[in-house]
Formats: sequence, structure tokens, C-alpha cells
Amino acid sequence: MKYTYYPGCSVKATANLYQESIDSVTPLLGIELEELEDWNCCGATAYMSVRELMSFAISARNLALAEKHHRDIVTPCSACYLVLKKTNQYFADYPNLRKKLGQALEAGGLSYSGNTRVRHILNVIVNDVGMEKIAGLVKKKLKGLNVAPYYGCQIVRPHYYGCGADEENIDDPDNPVSMDRLIEATGATCVKYSMKTKCCGSSLMGTEEKQAMKLCMEILADAESNGAHCIVTICPLCQMNLDVYQSKVNRLFGTKFNIPVIYFTQLIGLALDRPAKELGLGRLAVKMTRPMKQILQGA
Amino acid sequence: MLKREVVYESVLDHDFLDEIYSLPGGQEIKKCIQCGTCSGSCPQGAVMDYAPRKIFSLIRAGFRDEVLESNTIWYCSSCYTCAVRCPKEIKITDVMYALKRIAIKEGKAKKGRKAAILSNNFVRLVNKYGRNHETELMTRYILFAEPHHAFNFIPQGWKLFSNGRLPIMPHKIKNIDQLRKILKKVDELGEI
Repeated sequence: MKYTYYPGCSVKATANLYQESIDSVTPLLGIELEELEDWNCCGATAYMSVRELMSFAISARNLALAEKHHRDIVTPCSACYLVLKKTNQYFADYPNLRKKLGQALEAGGLSYSGNTRVRHILNVIVNDVGMEKIAGLVKKKLKGLNVAPYYGCQIVRPHYYGCGADEENIDDPDNPVSMDRLIEATGATCVKYSMKTKCCGSSLMGTEEKQAMKLCMEILADAESNGAHCIVTICPLCQMNLDVYQSKVNRLFGTKFNIPVIYFTQLIGLALDRPAKELGLGRLAVKMTRPMKQILQGA
Repeated sequence: MLKREVVYESVLDHDFLDEIYSLPGGQEIKKCIQCGTCSGSCPQGAVMDYAPRKIFSLIRAGFRDEVLESNTIWYCSSCYTCAVRCPKEIKITDVMYALKRIAIKEGKAKKGRKAAILSNNFVRLVNKYGRNHETELMTRYILFAEPHHAFNFIPQGWKLFSNGRLPIMPHKIKNIDQLRKILKKVDELGEI
């Protein structure tokens, strides 16, 4: 299964551990990712807050470059996923915007007809690889490991841009289950808790830090009180907020959280018995805890 | 709290409503039934000057400055919880984006000063390199938005740096000229 890969800026920097685990795991799952040549930033939420048409234009450049390959474009980042999907939807829904985007792309020698299908890598792994195949590939059943799935926002919302609803996989915007099933396929126990799609604060961690830390505290507290050994996520910004700011959350709220926050591809890698270093687990701010290591050794 | 209790027809800004209506999907706000599902769903509702339901009411009543100068639009983290729950399917998050743009453009983002600095620098970096450079973005943000709190950022910055997660050098895309031609054309065409 070959796909055009759109990494996004974060996995090249603060989320490089995500990329390392993707590199380690995808070949074993039979997924071939060919990086889109000379891709640019999707614009995320920040560009859209300043210039609208321009943000769609930079996003559309990626879709236009990808369209030449006639393959699905796959991204590991929730923000990229949402922005690319939103661009496609606006392109389809608003003729005036479509016309202007066409003219802008033409100025750069590009054209786009709206046919690049955008997918999140979780969706590809859950639907194209499938649970049965993954369960069959598992070398080390993660028995006894309690894993809290954290989906965050932009992979499951909003449905009207097609998020979380890639034809065959319509995940609920409040209670999605695709990653839950994946956790179970690795032999781990999926923790049931209510915060799995609550916002982590995203970029408010920079601008309104206390509010974002409060949101992170609530997510961590809910996962911990339901017995989670670790949290598994799919989004670079969610991971950074919950992992890198965990010690600061502890200082502000007097809590004692020590919960590793890992990427779902790192969890798959552990179940496929890949070395921790290859999966980028050494780069976590909150390192793997002793109980977690003991469970993994015993598994 | 609103400073003005009574508003006279003559001081209302009717153009504001037209401005919002003219956005893609902006017509939708006519359908708001003031049910408050958005405000109840918003993770930031409690700290906002006016939670989203009130914002819609204020827009429709022409309270232009109150809306644009509120902290509400800057607390929206684009989680889309309100938007997927709205019984009238109003694209609330996108209305918030529109308000952010108008406030930044008109210099009314006082309560969103830091967010505006973050967004403007983000745009600047993407236009310069074709990609975001997280290290430079954070540096610029601290320098321009919170220089007096710079030391606050050190522990988290160090956690990233010491684990090899903060590259020093930016990556510039090869065909930056192509991107710039596209951006220049957008400038000529004007926004939507």
C-alpha cells in the first residue's frame, strides 16, 4: 500500500519521536510512505487567524503537488489533517474561492482539480492495514498495560470538513473508538475515561498558559484516576502539551502526575518488539515509568 | 460585562453584520436560536468575557467593538466542540477565525495581543521559509510578547532541546519562489 506522505512541520522538530516511530513501524505493517516533494506548511490554526485566502492557497499548493501522484495524501498531524480537509471542502463548496485559488496556483505554475483525498495515518492503519493483521503481527502482547487513548480535537472534529469520517470509518466526534480497538489489538487494556476528546489547549499553551495547563491537568487527572499507565495520542501538539508541560502542571496544581504520553505508533512499535530507541521513546520529557517498563519486560 | 446597557439604533454598526454575512458560511449565523449549546460545550467558556452564545447575540445587535475587543475570540482554541454540537450547524469556529482576522487587521486585538504576535510571526516564518520553524517561532514570540517572562519558558525549552526536539536551523523549501508567486497573486486578487 503506497501513499503520498505529508509529514507537517512538527514531526520534523518537536515531534521527531513520532516520525522515528512511523519510520520504524510502517514498513512492518506493509505501508509505503513517499514524502511529498518540497511540501510547505499547511498554515495550521495561526495562518488562518491572519489571512484566510492566503492560508487556503498555501495549503492548496500541497494538494496540487500531491494530485500529480494520484494517491491518498497521509499525514500524522491532526492540524495538518484538518487544514488540508478544510481546504478541499471550501474548494468544493465555494465557487468564488475555487476560482481565486485556481488563479493563485496558476501563478505558481500549478493546478488543482480537488481530487486529492486526505487521510490521517491513524485512519490508514486502522482501516487499510486492519486490526486482524496488526493483532497477527504482534510479537509481544502488552498484557497488563493500561493505556488511555487521547484523540484530542481535530482528528474527530468537525465532521462537515470530513474529519474522522473517511468513508469507511465514521468515528464519533465525542466518543471515537478506532484507537481503542488498536490498543486492544496490541494486547493492552484500553482505559475508559471521559476526557479522550477534550481540548488540550493547543496553542493557548503559549498565549494563555494557565488555562491550557488547567485543561491538561483535567485530562491527566482523569486518565490517572482510571488507572492509566500511559496516555497514547495521535497529535504533535497534544503530545507536547501533555508531556513537556506535565512537570509545570504539577507545580501549578500541586499534583504528582508521572504519566508518559506516547504516540500510537510508538505503542504499536512496542507490541512489534522494536527497540525503545528506534521508536524515539528516549526523547519523552516524562520518561517511561518503572511499572510500565516492568509490564513491558514481562510481556 | 457590557459597558453599554442600552444601545440606540444610531450608534449600531449594521455593516458589521453584513461583513460577517459575506464570509463563506457566514450567512449561517442568522439561524442562531440562542440555545447556548456552544457556550456550555466550550472548554474556555468560563474564562471568556462573553461565551459564544453571547457573541452571536452581540454580533446581531451590532456591538462591533465589544465583540472585536473581547477576550473570547482569543480563547477559542479551534477544538470545534461547539461547531459539531450546534443544532443549527453554524460553523462557529470559522466565525471566530473571521473575528480574529478583523481584530488583527484593525488593531483591536488588545486582549489578544499575545495571540496576534504568535500568529503574525507564524505567517512571517511560513512566508520566509515555506515552513514553520518552531524554535524561531518560540524565540520570536518570547522576545516580542513576553520578554519579561522569558525565564518562564526555559524549563520546557530545555526539556525539548535536551531531548533533541528543537532543531536550531530552519528548513527552507526549494521552490520558495513558487510559493511567493502564489502569495503575491492572492494579494492582487484580494481576500475572499
